[in-house]
Amino acid sequence: MAARAAPRKKTTKKSKVSGKIANFSESEEMKAYYDMLLIRRFEEKAGQLYGMGQIGGFCHLYIGQEAVVTGINMALTEGDQSITAYRDHAHMLAVGLDPKGIMAELTGREGGLSKGKGGSMHMFSREKHFYGGHGIVGAQVSIGTGLAFSNKFNGNGSVCITYMGDGASNQGQVYESFNMAKLWNLPIVYIIENNQYAMGTAIARASSQTDFSQRGVSFNIPGQKIDGMDVRAVYAAAEEAVKYARENGPIILEMMTYRYRGHSMSDPAKYRSKDEVQRMRAEHDPIDQVKMRILEGGLATEDDLKDMDKKIRAIVTESADYAVNCPEPDASELWTDVLIES
Amino acid sequence: MAIEILMPALSPTMEEGKLSTWLVKEGDTIVSGDVLCEIETDKATMEVESIDEGVIGKILIEAGTEGVLVNSVIAILLMDGEDASAMDDIKPQAAAPVAAAEPEAADAPAAPVIEVPQSDEIPEGTTFKQQTVREALRDAMAEEMRNEENIFIMGEEVAEYQGAYKVTQGLLEEFGAKRVIDTPITEHGFAGLGVGAAFGGLKPVIEFMTFNFAMQAIDHIINSAAKTLYMSGGQMGCPIVFRGPNGAASRVGAQHSQDYTAWYANIPGLKVVSPYSAEDAKGLLKAAMRDPNPVVFLENELLYGVTMDVPEIEDFVLPIGKAKIERAGTDVTIVSHSMGVKLALDAAEILAEQGISAEVVNLRTIRPLDTETIVESVKKTGRMVTVEEGWVRCGLGAELTAVVMDGAFDYLDAPVARVTSKDVPLPYAANLEKLALPNANDVVAAARKTCYAD
Ligand SMILES: Cc1ncc(C[n+]2csc(CCOP(=O)(O)OP(=O)(O)O)c2C)c(N)n1
Ligand SMILES: [Mg+2]
Repeated sequence: MAARAAPRKKTTKKSKVSGKIANFSESEEMKAYYDMLLIRRFEEKAGQLYGMGQIGGFCHLYIGQEAVVTGINMALTEGDQSITAYRDHAHMLAVGLDPKGIMAELTGREGGLSKGKGGSMHMFSREKHFYGGHGIVGAQVSIGTGLAFSNKFNGNGSVCITYMGDGASNQGQVYESFNMAKLWNLPIVYIIENNQYAMGTAIARASSQTDFSQRGVSFNIPGQKIDGMDVRAVYAAAEEAVKYARENGPIILEMMTYRYRGHSMSDPAKYRSKDEVQRMRAEHDPIDQVKMRILEGGLATEDDLKDMDKKIRAIVTESADYAVNCPEPDASELWTDVLIES
Repeated sequence: MAIEILMPALSPTMEEGKLSTWLVKEGDTIVSGDVLCEIETDKATMEVESIDEGVIGKILIEAGTEGVLVNSVIAILLMDGEDASAMDDIKPQAAAPVAAAEPEAADAPAAPVIEVPQSDEIPEGTTFKQQTVREALRDAMAEEMRNEENIFIMGEEVAEYQGAYKVTQGLLEEFGAKRVIDTPITEHGFAGLGVGAAFGGLKPVIEFMTFNFAMQAIDHIINSAAKTLYMSGGQMGCPIVFRGPNGAASRVGAQHSQDYTAWYANIPGLKVVSPYSAEDAKGLLKAAMRDPNPVVFLENELLYGVTMDVPEIEDFVLPIGKAKIERAGTDVTIVSHSMGVKLALDAAEILAEQGISAEVVNLRTIRPLDTETIVESVKKTGRMVTVEEGWVRCGLGAELTAVVMDGAFDYLDAPVARVTSKDVPLPYAANLEKLALPNANDVVAAARKTCYAD
């Protein structure tokens, strides 16, 4: 008889979080700070626009998890692809897409990345090798595996970064994909963004094996647990993993991370305590960590960072203005893009 | 008795083949397992082994012969001690037909009667309470769970979170974690688990956060739940309810907005229920949970919060398979279900102002379809408009049209008009979404068209 999962004793040994930390140069430190702050300010603005009724439907914010996509993208080379689920705004910013196009998609306007037809969960950019933006939990994992397959097929040397949540990693197709990825040694890095919750479900209530880095064991896919709140640790792991994937085949990185906001805008997040969130913010904030190092190392002054913040806020505000003032798609767009006309 | 060796069928579709080579000759002694000859089917060359022992008395079909019919005699095997005279009364004969005799056709029996009230009449003097559709659904589940201990509810966020759309509010508290169970995000897995539990004697209610995610699980809904009773010759019933919101919500884009009514309605072995009102929700969900068959119960997220009348009748159960006339009229019949009923009622109101009297049929159940109510209504009005949120091609409207062709062709005064979503994936942009979904004005226009009113 099925019963609710109770907190259980772990029978397997827990993986240790990798202690490897990249030695950031001055410019890397500053870049990581900038990139993460851009994500945070963008997401804050998106939350605000949602509250104003400018963004409809679902809207999943990435606040708290910024170090993950930022560190990973610092380790990629041109041509590497990425794909994720619906919590995707940051992934697009991190691959260098214009905030205006992203924000205008959130508001459903013609200047959006999908001409307003996709919405926040469904955005894509061929130019930046970003393959979505998927609303169906787990679907991106098989698709990402297919992108890696195409890389191997074409011999182009590219790696596909395939992101999924802790919740997604329980879907059956994830394991079908793992098996094929290893069977054919496809160049893919699976990133499990373990933010501790899938909507209101804490990992221990949904997963018999909560050590997600070990989810590839029965497929002979190596895995590592990484402090996903420390962008240097993410970068160090990503650099190695991407190299490994290019040369050998699939690898899993479990990113220990945390989302500060609710699952989506309508989630009151009653399944966790305010304290828990507060503790993560105060002790592990990915942006504060870099900021502290920058100030302590004398890489910039408090005023310099304030200036940077101002610049970023200006970019984000500009994207919001654009997104709100941009016209809705023309009515004729309703009928386009259903099939390619031949 | 000499044994006849027959041309074997070596694939399910093989009716004839080429006997390419003999590997034995007349007079050879053979034991079972010896290869006698090779034959070519439409797909491959196969060896034919003997299953008997004896001496090859006669080879009747020469090597190299094409088009040898399955089951024709290709050689005679003499048993121990027999001589050639044993073959005297065996003559080469035409092949016996492989195909089974033409089956005799039988009419489909009437749908089995289920043990819920056959009447949907609400007695005079019944009082009503105001409830949201959400509360009506919750009450239906709670009432049934109190009466039947084998019912459990399983799905994503149904327990501690109280349901992603709060439909299972309070159920964990009342029934405990044994019967209200949060799952991992593994739709295919827990849908299959539900089917197995139903085979095992339980009565699962499987909630899909939305039916869009049931596409992950549709194999179990159709191949496992719907077909097993039939495949087991009636042994293995599957009393299960698959429920959750179906169709468009609000601005959640193409992957979260599909109407699956026509998909499930296509499947024999399923019942498909789609309530509109709180009354429907209460009475039909209770019926679904009592039904011995798999029921796909299609709710609508936008209706969850709408408050309507629910009859204060103890144990209020509605019959599955019976439509309801929501509004009587004489000029045109508007047939719909779920959210479409709201559009139809709104349209009927507008039409009334324009002097057109519309009758609104709320299907309630899509499979089995209450063809009688539809046909009777169309016989009266002579016109029909169908309203659905699904796409037009092979949709519910097409089926309803066929029903009317069958049952009321001579009564029709105008071609049936279908109101559906536009034939595109649902766009996110607010303006495009509005254009894509059907609305009351579309229904009005369609009704006026059937009345040649413009
Ligand atoms: C197949 C499928 N089932 C259910 C959902 C509803 N849903 C959307 S997000 C989500 C939780 C996913 O959690 P996780 O994978 O941990 O990602 P996170 O939201 O934490 O980034 C659920 C259940 C869905 N979109 N697709
Ligand atoms: Mg998560």
